[in-house]
Amino acid sequence: MNWSSFGHGSSSTSPAADPAATRPRSTRWAVGILAAALAAIGLVATLPGGAPSPAAASEESGEEPTTLTVGVVDPTVDSLNPFTSIYSTPTQIHRLMYDYLTMYSAEDATPTEGLAEDWEFSEDGLTWTYTIRDDSTFSDGEPVTADDVAYTYNTIMEDDSGAMANSSYLDNVESVTATDEHTVEIKLARPSASMLAIDIPIVPEHVWEQVENPGDFSNEDEYPIVGNGPWILTDYQRNESLTLEANEDYWRGAPGFDRLVYRFYKDGDAVVEALRKGEVSFVSGLTTLQAQALENEQDIVVNEAVGKRFAGLTLNPGAEAKNGESIGDGNPALRDPEVRTAILHAIDREAVAERVYSGKLEPSGSYIPSRYADYHWEPDESEIIAYDPDEANRILDEAGYARGDDGIRVSPDGTRLTLRQYVHSDIPEYLQIAKFMEEWLAEIGIEVETTPSDDIGGFLDSGEFDILFTGWTVNPDPDYIFSIQTCDVRPAEPGESYQTDSYMCDPAYDQMYAEQKTELDPDARAEIVQDMQQELYEHGVVIIFGYPDMLEAYRTDVIEEGSPQTQPAENGNIYGQDGYWGWWSAQPAGSGGGSGDDDSMSPVAVGVGVGAVVVVVVGGFLLMRRRSATAGQRE
Amino acid sequence: MGKTARYVVGRVLGAALSLLAVAFIGFFLFRVLPGDPVRTMTEDQAVSLEQLEALRAEFGLDQPLWQQFVDYVVQLAHLDLGTSFQYRGAESVAGLIGEKLLPTILLVGTATIISAVLGLWLGVRSGWRNGSVSDRVNTGVALTLWSVPTFWLGLMLIIVFAAGLGPIPDIFPAGGMRDPNVTGWALVPNVAMHMVLPVTTLVAVVYAQYLLVMRSSLLDEMGSDYLLTARAKGLRDAAVRRRHAVPNALLPTVTLIAIDLGGIVAGTILVESVFSWPGLGNMFYEALKVPDLPLIQGLFIFFSASVILMNLLADLVYPLLDPRVRR
Repeated sequence: MNWSSFGHGSSSTSPAADPAATRPRSTRWAVGILAAALAAIGLVATLPGGAPSPAAASEESGEEPTTLTVGVVDPTVDSLNPFTSIYSTPTQIHRLMYDYLTMYSAEDATPTEGLAEDWEFSEDGLTWTYTIRDDSTFSDGEPVTADDVAYTYNTIMEDDSGAMANSSYLDNVESVTATDEHTVEIKLARPSASMLAIDIPIVPEHVWEQVENPGDFSNEDEYPIVGNGPWILTDYQRNESLTLEANEDYWRGAPGFDRLVYRFYKDGDAVVEALRKGEVSFVSGLTTLQAQALENEQDIVVNEAVGKRFAGLTLNPGAEAKNGESIGDGNPALRDPEVRTAILHAIDREAVAERVYSGKLEPSGSYIPSRYADYHWEPDESEIIAYDPDEANRILDEAGYARGDDGIRVSPDGTRLTLRQYVHSDIPEYLQIAKFMEEWLAEIGIEVETTPSDDIGGFLDSGEFDILFTGWTVNPDPDYIFSIQTCDVRPAEPGESYQTDSYMCDPAYDQMYAEQKTELDPDARAEIVQDMQQELYEHGVVIIFGYPDMLEAYRTDVIEEGSPQTQPAENGNIYGQDGYWGWWSAQPAGSGGGSGDDDSMSPVAVGVGVGAVVVVVVGGFLLMRRRSATAGQRE
Repeated sequence: MGKTARYVVGRVLGAALSLLAVAFIGFFLFRVLPGDPVRTMTEDQAVSLEQLEALRAEFGLDQPLWQQFVDYVVQLAHLDLGTSFQYRGAESVAGLIGEKLLPTILLVGTATIISAVLGLWLGVRSGWRNGSVSDRVNTGVALTLWSVPTFWLGLMLIIVFAAGLGPIPDIFPAGGMRDPNVTGWALVPNVAMHMVLPVTTLVAVVYAQYLLVMRSSLLDEMGSDYLLTARAKGLRDAAVRRRHAVPNALLPTVTLIAIDLGGIVAGTILVESVFSWPGLGNMFYEALKVPDLPLIQGLFIFFSASVILMNLLADLVYPLLDPRVRR
């Protein structure tokens, strides 16, 4: 026995000399730990959870429902109420839950039938008549009628609480009437080319009329949510997941999967790992690196889709409010069209595509992405403003911008050509392009000072910038994206609300904008839209680099390879469509169903995991007790 | 008696004052955050000028700052934390905090218990045999893990144990608190599996401080006369350690654990983010990006209040544990 040893612990290995003295203490510990564990289990059991109702078909056959699990990175669900939700994830979910009057085709995103199977407009273009299909029912069995459309639209127009999300689509509408069960008549103040692009989910009147303030209703309390889309929302756990079940009676046909789950992740790398292990079967928004790594994985295919967003920048044209007061302190040299043209000649879009995006960007200088084939414009040989630093230098020399001693040009009235450039600090590609901008413009004697910022909008507010990076997702109907470059959307006076993305004000452009807005002939409108892009291109305030590809990947052991319909059909995307085509058409892999349980852990794995944890904890604990019990207790 | 009462009242008043200060700071601190909530929320969306203005009005952002402050104080006086900007489907900020408190407590509570037990146990062993090989290994490992960036460690664990690396199977989930549509008792093993990696990350990063505090306070006690006395009366080494040295050395760690319980709730932002854990830290991160002012303020007040209350608790419990403070 070494009870008398000082300083160092006992090395005796004799069994516990006095078990009676140690046991109460161990027991106390054990009871405490057990109580804590029980408390934790109790906590878990009280977690709210949806009541999963397996899709009817598989319930009958007794099979596990086939599940398509989509991993979504950092989504925000502001609200599931179609009258008020403005974030993109819930808006996308609404496309699955409810029908819209018209849809955008999978082929090329042009208008196609939705809840309305047919439509016509009067000669003056002021009255539109839509024929509502008679084979659509809500998930509670009620038929969908023209009254539901009229109710939805009128709520948005008349009820302040219902106006938040979608009122802009109906700005020009005088009245919406259900003239009979299957006919809706919309009267307009002015003719409008966007009457087949009203992105408003049609809600069931018989459910919503019972709600006092439709805009204040959460729509996330009682599941399933009554709708008539291809999917029915059955569960939502905030910041965790959204679950939808197939609507077997959908008029276009039932979806291929029984269940669709959106699972939320915070981190882009974590969601890639989740795809690798089959926790999810679809991810989108991949970086070039992630996509390249996944290309070599077994059972995973990468879908590279043409971009829906443009990446670009704007030059401060001398920001002004509508009342003529100037805003901020943009470099006056940028008001000179010659300087802007010179800058256009200094920009090398091919370098952006190859060296910044590794080829995963379609270089283009025009505003509407090529995926919208009818609207997209490309300059021909004579119109192109090509990468040509010599030409840029020539233009500036001729316009009287002489180089100073340090090589930086000075304008005829003495302003040094130093430009302050602000770039999104969280978009690595933009940061790289900003570096290129410094080099390109240095070549033509213009100095660029770059500041990364996470509040680019703040500089647009104040007008205190020369170069500002920008990017927008372009919808199938281009009206809105064109509107943000018109004179009319600038602030009425400094400090007021605005929609402009650039402070550009070009009367010729505005003229064309007004024309396309009321041009009801699609071909004639497309022609105007193309001219507007040429005007933007040559005006040089809004400079486009191109359209970054959309990179997504899915597991072919869950989703039949090639089954999800892309939009557009050629090189299109599956996630984030203007419609439900991708999820609706996706088929489970193999015959008769994919491995729907891929996203949940097998009982064996769970057992192994829990067992391992218990063994480690209990083992460590016992070891500790045993070691200290080796010496007896005497006092 | 008077002395005890004065002590208690003094501590409670101090805590109340701190809370009040937090409530006031909370308003102004986050108003200086860059970013316009309405602009962030409508980014990339086709919204009209009328919609932008309606949103500003709904959020009260069209009011002058002093008016917003008065509204905030009146609200707070009614114990109302307001309504979140971005989670407009939720009733109130208080409701949101209530909803996400449970997942955070589950994660943080488990991690704190494990790190405290592990840290204190290793701390005692290290302190008692200070200078030995096991002491040096123990403290070395703990300090290394302590200095590892949480986010990186979490991601490494995901890559190795969630995705599987070489012979290591991919048994643990890559994120989340549970699989969708698992309910009832099946939740218990499911949530337990989801907890393993985040808890491991938290424990690895946190347990060192318990170890170090325990170790150093045990060292302080090592030379004490009462230990010599205990040994002199024939107690074995383990008994001297457990009955005499450890209880005395444990005192400083009580405060540490109490402060931690309050503070770690806020400190899990990184872990909750990398593991997509649907708790308060996760929500705080979401709120900062907008910035969702009512939600940030609410969470800030809540986090601060839990630290203040836990400190108060430690102050009040301490005299019960240590008779010397009472005198």
